[in-house]
Amino acid sequence: MLTALSLTLALLVVLAVVPVLAAQMPAGGRRLPVGMIVHGGALLAALVFAACGLGALLGGPVAPRPLMPGSFAPLLLALDGLSAWFLMLLGLVGACSALFALSHANQAPVRVLAAYPLFLAAMALTLLAADGFTLLLGFEAMSLASWVLVAADHDQGENRSAARLYLVFAILSGICLVPAIGLLAAPGGDVSFAAIRAMPPEGPRAAVILLLVMVGAGAKAGLVPLHAWLPIAYPAAPSHVTALMSGAMTKVAVYLLARLLLDLCGPAQPIWWGVPLLVMGAASAVIGSLRANVEEDGKTLLACSSVENVGLIVIGLGLACAFRGADLGALAGLAAGAALLHILNHGLFKTLLFLGMGEVQVGAASRRLDRLGGLIQGMPWTAAAMLVGVGAAASLPPLSGFASEWLLLQALLSAWRVGDLGFQVLALGVAALAALSAALATAAMVRLFGLVFLGRPRTPRAAGAEDGPWPARVALLLPAGLTVLFGLLPGPMLALAEGALQRLVRQDVTERATLAGVVVGDGAGAYLPIGIAALLAVLGAGIWYAVRRRTPAGVARSPAWDGGFMAPPQHLVCGDPVTQPSAAGFGQPLRQILGTPLLAAHARVAMPPPGDPAPARIEAGFADPSDALVLAPVARLRDAISAQVERLRDLTLAQCLMLPFGTLVALLALIAWLEAR
Amino acid sequence: MTAVMGVLTQAIHLALLLVAAPLVVGVVRWLKARMMGRVGASPLQPLRDFLKLLRKRPVLAENASWISRGAPYVGAAAALAAAALVPSFAHGMALAGLGDLIVIAGLLALGRVCMALAGLDVGTAFGGLGASREMSFAALAEPALLLAVMSFAILAGTTGLDAIAMTFQEGTLGLRVSLGLALVALLAVAVAENARIPVDNPATHLELTMVHEAMILEASGRHLALWDAAAAMRLTLWFALLAAIFFPFGTAAPGWAPLGWVVGLLAWIAKMGVLCLALAVFESAIAKMRVFRVPEFLGAALLLGLLGALLLFVSTSLA
Repeated sequence: MLTALSLTLALLVVLAVVPVLAAQMPAGGRRLPVGMIVHGGALLAALVFAACGLGALLGGPVAPRPLMPGSFAPLLLALDGLSAWFLMLLGLVGACSALFALSHANQAPVRVLAAYPLFLAAMALTLLAADGFTLLLGFEAMSLASWVLVAADHDQGENRSAARLYLVFAILSGICLVPAIGLLAAPGGDVSFAAIRAMPPEGPRAAVILLLVMVGAGAKAGLVPLHAWLPIAYPAAPSHVTALMSGAMTKVAVYLLARLLLDLCGPAQPIWWGVPLLVMGAASAVIGSLRANVEEDGKTLLACSSVENVGLIVIGLGLACAFRGADLGALAGLAAGAALLHILNHGLFKTLLFLGMGEVQVGAASRRLDRLGGLIQGMPWTAAAMLVGVGAAASLPPLSGFASEWLLLQALLSAWRVGDLGFQVLALGVAALAALSAALATAAMVRLFGLVFLGRPRTPRAAGAEDGPWPARVALLLPAGLTVLFGLLPGPMLALAEGALQRLVRQDVTERATLAGVVVGDGAGAYLPIGIAALLAVLGAGIWYAVRRRTPAGVARSPAWDGGFMAPPQHLVCGDPVTQPSAAGFGQPLRQILGTPLLAAHARVAMPPPGDPAPARIEAGFADPSDALVLAPVARLRDAISAQVERLRDLTLAQCLMLPFGTLVALLALIAWLEAR
Repeated sequence: MTAVMGVLTQAIHLALLLVAAPLVVGVVRWLKARMMGRVGASPLQPLRDFLKLLRKRPVLAENASWISRGAPYVGAAAALAAAALVPSFAHGMALAGLGDLIVIAGLLALGRVCMALAGLDVGTAFGGLGASREMSFAALAEPALLLAVMSFAILAGTTGLDAIAMTFQEGTLGLRVSLGLALVALLAVAVAENARIPVDNPATHLELTMVHEAMILEASGRHLALWDAAAAMRLTLWFALLAAIFFPFGTAAPGWAPLGWVVGLLAWIAKMGVLCLALAVFESAIAKMRVFRVPEFLGAALLLGLLGALLLFVSTSLA
């Protein structure tokens, strides 16, 4: 299986070279269908990933072996349960993304076509790595390839600054993760996972690793307060790349958290290890879902929703850490299972939502909620698929989002069993925040679907939007179908994740997952989605039949009463857009209730002075807390350092010579000291 | 045998709900009218309205999509499904295993989303306004509900509603301050979820204050009938939920117990009557709040929920 995967990685690297070579060919003559080749190959590779992931989950782990003989470093690859679970998700997301790209991104510039397969290969390499060096190699390659993709439309200034911000955070990840792997290394510098697992870190060394990994992987996953790049970089990338970034790349960062903190650091860590994860997770969940209610760009809104969902996943991992520290193995399994299930479910429904938003952007030429509307008429397939995704993101039963959030809430409701009063109070707060963020996400998703697909078109382009070609429709219908399926079968999916759970909590949990659903504890709670779905279907059909028998068939159509607004002029075919709810208007209650304290949201009516015929305007805005807490101090620090460095220019010649000499002496002294130890 | 009894009690329960839902709304309206010194319509009036609306052909806006036509059925099914999971006169109904409190909250959210989407479907100002307010209030009500569920889960060791009700009926827990706080929190959530005064006024069509009515302003005929039925079912569900958890007296044990069922039925009718009266008195005595006062109301519920769970932690760690 690893041979097949290595060959697939090689195929992706070759695919990356194809567009570069094709661009070198002389113009004129028959041009290669480069886009078709790249995206078709990526589709094939993604299907191999999904199949191998599923195969390893069903057939058991594959032992480590080197990527290629005689390479410059060991480069061990392996496929255990945890890797396989994420690899399966990467395959599914990659396949949908490639299908979408086959319809819409074949004419992309060479830099995008070349970076796309590399991005896919790097993520797979990160997941397959069985030693710290390969892990870092894959992770950094992933950061670099995705930076190229974020900078795809670099002729626009805002995309350039988005890519720059993204690169800064990627470098931060690298700066933190390289020493973390170094600290994890077993004596003798062996960084293979087996060696690290044999001697897990302890005490202060483990605490430093926790901090470094939290910052390094958290910056990539978009955990608050390190999420500032995410709502800016996601909209900058092409839609199929955004789907891959949100569906798979954030999950690779979560994989790093799970692999390094839960698996490699061993089960002997104390309860408080879960606390930073819980705090950052809860903050991400609330800030992300709240921002999703005030953003007015569809992709930015979805990016904020990704922050929320990653937060929920990290809450699950943090609970698993804490339960494991308190020797509550079964509960640790429950929390880790909730996190794993949400990783898969969120990966799929967020891919669906981003691809659907991409379809909207192609069809209606805008992502801004205030320029869309009524798309359900022209894009029925996209609307139906998006409705499934929106329902799952809003965690409505019986869809997949509800199943994993139900598990997570069950784990949170059991958190009081840890016993420590401080932890109980923390878990209580986190439970309230998780419920708040779930409800906020519901509001955000209703806002997204209602403003984009319902109502009247707000622009002529929105009125003329149409569904994409068939491959793009399949790219939406496939994740929609899987979202329904995984929603109905959380039990079998949890059983499938057993190998991954073994890695995370070393605890058997399969006895609680049955075909019909999930039962936690000794009957402490049960969620049987097939029963719920059947009940809804039977009652719905019964109501429909009973109502049909007594009412006249069909409906009459007439113009809507538009709240007493003046009739629109003749040239506004779809009615006056300003009489419809707007993106700002729909978000206004939550913006005022929660946005004022949490996001420093403000709104002011700017009145022109008397006599001035200018219109009065509402000036509204908000500031993410990370801007004030992280970005602004870092920017001030940068300015202060550069001001100090400026003083070097004024040094005399002797001082200029002293500086490198002194550095040399200091470095030699350091080496001498290290040698002496 | 137990399975057969489960199915039988479930069927009786469903029939009971269908009878009770219009009556609950009618009785509350009649009681409110009496308290205000009016004669009031007969308690059967909601049923008559329902049958009359069913006979009328719905009028839809020209640009209404299939959401407007499908959402009423899904909304009504979600409300009925949630209500079917809440025990009334007997425990051990066939679907009791499905009746997890978080699942019931999820089904209520499903109904709410259907109504909000239907409100947004035509693209009129009122529908969007109602949907936006409804979703915002729900965002504050949901955490309060979860914290109350947490108190029950700690005390009863489960989130299954039937099991919680049975544990509380045994009475071994005694009176708990936490339960009192959870009751107040749940009452506030119930008021918000059912769009009653002081959060919303079910009888108003004033644009400044409308929430629930604004979303179904475009609905007519059988669609309006279904929305009204879903609202009535939700009110019945919340009364039944409060009765099952906080007033669990007299409910029949699982299995074949005709006498117990009669006792349970009488007890349930009495409890529902008391709750109707309480709601009518509360709504008559209090005025509708400004929309932006509602967060304070629900925030207080959230704090009470937090306090209840905290007290439980402290008492368990002392014991």
